[in-house]
Amino acid sequence: MSFNLHRFWAIVVKEFIQMRRDRFTFGMMVGIPMIQIILFGFAINSNPKHLPTAVYAADNSPFARTFVWALRNSSYFDIVRMARSAGEIRELLAEGDVQFAVTVPVDFSRQLLRGERPDLLLEADATDPAAVGFATAAISALTSSVLDPDLTGPLQRLRGSPPPFNLVIHPHYNPENISQYNIVPGLMGVMLTMTMVMITGLAITRERERGTMENLLSTPAHPGEVLLGKIIPYLTIGYAQVTLVLLASWLVFSVPMVGSIPLLLALALLFILANLAVGITFSTIAKNQLQAVQMAFFFFLPSLLLSGYMFPFRGMPGWAQALGEALPLTHFLRIVRGILLKGNGLAECAPDVWPIALFVIGMLALGIKRYRQTLD
Amino acid sequence: MNAIPPSAPPRSCVSADGLGGGAGAGLAIDVRGVTKKFGGRTVVNNIAMQVRHGEIYGFLGPNGSGKTTFLRMLCGLLTPDGGEGHCLGLDFRRKSSEIKKRVGYMTQRFSFYEDLTLEENLDFIARLYQIRGRKAAVQQSLERLGLAERRKQLAGTLSGGWKQRLALAACLIHEPQLLLLDEPTAGVDPKARRDFWDEIHRLAAGGLTFLITTHYMDEASRCHRLGYIAYGNLLAHGTVAQVVQAAGLTTWEVSGGNLSALADALRGRPGVEQVVAFGRTLHISGRDAGKMRASLTPFMTPALEWTKVESGLEDAFISLMETAKDNYQ
Repeated sequence: MSFNLHRFWAIVVKEFIQMRRDRFTFGMMVGIPMIQIILFGFAINSNPKHLPTAVYAADNSPFARTFVWALRNSSYFDIVRMARSAGEIRELLAEGDVQFAVTVPVDFSRQLLRGERPDLLLEADATDPAAVGFATAAISALTSSVLDPDLTGPLQRLRGSPPPFNLVIHPHYNPENISQYNIVPGLMGVMLTMTMVMITGLAITRERERGTMENLLSTPAHPGEVLLGKIIPYLTIGYAQVTLVLLASWLVFSVPMVGSIPLLLALALLFILANLAVGITFSTIAKNQLQAVQMAFFFFLPSLLLSGYMFPFRGMPGWAQALGEALPLTHFLRIVRGILLKGNGLAECAPDVWPIALFVIGMLALGIKRYRQTLD
Repeated sequence: MNAIPPSAPPRSCVSADGLGGGAGAGLAIDVRGVTKKFGGRTVVNNIAMQVRHGEIYGFLGPNGSGKTTFLRMLCGLLTPDGGEGHCLGLDFRRKSSEIKKRVGYMTQRFSFYEDLTLEENLDFIARLYQIRGRKAAVQQSLERLGLAERRKQLAGTLSGGWKQRLALAACLIHEPQLLLLDEPTAGVDPKARRDFWDEIHRLAAGGLTFLITTHYMDEASRCHRLGYIAYGNLLAHGTVAQVVQAAGLTTWEVSGGNLSALADALRGRPGVEQVVAFGRTLHISGRDAGKMRASLTPFMTPALEWTKVESGLEDAFISLMETAKDNYQ
C-alpha cells in the first residue's frame, strides 16, 4: 500500500486535536520547559563566587587586614565570620557553614617583616572540588602582589618573587580533588529521587486508570492506610539502591567512608520517605499515569540542578539557593557527603535532617488531603 | 400519560410492608429527594426509592440516565447534593463508612486486580474488611461460586463470565446485607447470565437485598420490582405489570404482506408512537388507543392479520423515555 497524503493528514489532524484536548500535557510540554530554562539559566553557575569564608586572625596586623580585604575584592570570597579560635574554624567547615577558612598565624607580620616568608593557611571544604577550584586559583594569583601597596619604602625589597609570604592551601575532606568522591555518594540521592518519585507517582493513577480505584473506595480502606500501604514496599527497593551505591562507592570508586554507615542508613530512610511522599502526592493530583511521569520528571530536574549535585550550590543566586533549600535532595547530599567524607555525626547532620522531616510531613499531609475518598 | 411523580412513595411497597414508621424498619433502602449535579447538570433529580429486605430491585434506564450515579451515592462513592433517608437503617449521607462495611458494590467495569490471582484478589478484599477466619472465608467463597479450580489463575486472563463471578464472590465475601450491582451481566453470554441470576435468586431467598441495574428485558422481568429512570428522573416503579400499566400503551401486532413498506407508511401517523419489527410481525404502540385505531383502520385489509396484544416491558420503557424527553427538553 502506498503512502497516501490524505490518510497521513488525517492522522496529523487527529493528533493535533488530541494534543489540544490534553491541556495538562500541553502545559507541561510548553510552560514548564520555559520556566525551567529561565530558572536554570540564571541559577546555574559553574564558576561560583561570593563563597562564605571565615577568618581567624591570630595576628591582626595591617598585612592581615590587607589580605582579607583583597580576598573580598576578588569577589570569590565573602567574609562571613571572624573566628576566635582554630577550633571554631574546624567546626564551621565541618557543618558546611563556610566553604573557606583563612588562618593568619601569630607573628605573621613580624616574620614577614623579617623576610621569613611566613605561612598563611587557607583551608577549603573540598568535598565538591568544582566549588573551590576557581577560588583557590584566584587566591594563588593574588599572593604575589597583594601586599605590594603596604610594602613601601624600605620594605620594597620584600616585593616580587618569591612572594613575601607562603600561602598554604589545605583542601579538606577530599585533598586530591577527586570528583568521584563527590559525585558517587551524591548519585545515591539522585537515583533515589528519580526512581522513588516515579514509581509511587504511578501508584494511585494506576488504580484510577485500571478502574480498581472505584472498588478500593467502596471498601472501608482509609486514605492514610492506602497511601502508607503503597509507600512501604518501595522503601525496601530504596534500601536496595542505597546498599548498591554504597558498595560501588567502596569497592569500585574507593570513596572514603569516614563516618558512621548505620547513621547514613538511618537518615537515608527519611530521605526515601520524602521522595515516596512526593510521588504519592503527585499520584493523587495527576489524572493518568503519563501525567504522573511528567510530574516526576519535572520534580527531578530541579532536584538535579539546584541541589548542588551537578553545579556548586554556592554558585547560585540567593533565590535559587532558597529554592534548593526546599528540595530534600539538597539536604541529603550534604548529609551523605558530610557522613562519608567529613565523618560527621548526628549533631552535624541535624541542620539538614529537620528540613527533610518537615518536607515528609508536609507532603504526606498534602497527599492525604488531596486523596479523594469519593469519585466526585 | 404523565410520569409518576418521583416524590410519591410507591403504593405497593408501603402498604405491603405493614411496618410503616421508624427509619425504614422493613426497608433495606429508603431514600427520598436524592439529587446529584455535575457542574450545572442535574444527573439525578429528586429520586425516591424504597427497597425491601430480601427483594431484587431492578433499576433500568437508558445510558447516562443516572443509574450508576445513584448507586454510587448509596454506597458513599459520591456525595449527594440533596436528599435524605436510610440505607440498611443508617443515614446514607452521614454514615457512609458504616454503610460501606455492610454493602457489596459491584462496579460496571471489572475493578479487581488483573495482575493478582483470583485467590489473591479475594484475600485482599477479605483483609480490607477485616474478616475473621479469612482463609476459610476465601476458600468458602471460591467454592460457592465454582472458582476453586481457577484460584491460581490471574484475574486478567479470565473471560467475561468468570470475571463477573469473581466480582460477585468478592462483593459477597464480607457477608453484606445489600448488594448494589451495576450492569453485572453486560457482555456475558446467556448461559452465564442465567446461572448468575439463579445465584442471585438463591441469595435473595436467604435474605440478601439486591439493587441491580440492567439493560436486558429478560433480566428486568426476573426482578421482584423495577424502577425506571431517564434523564435523572424516576419515571415509573413497581412490578413488571405495574410498570407496563403505568406506560398506558395499547399495542397491535400485524403480520403478512410487505411489513417494511407498512412500517414506513404508519410511522408518524397520529397516535402511532412506536413501530417495531419483530421477525415476521410488526408491533405498533401508542398511548391514545382511539387516535391510533383511527390511523390504523385504513390499513386493516384482509391481506394483513391484526391482533391486539399485551404491551411489552420494552415498549413501555421506550414510551416512558420518549415522554420524558418531551417533558424535560
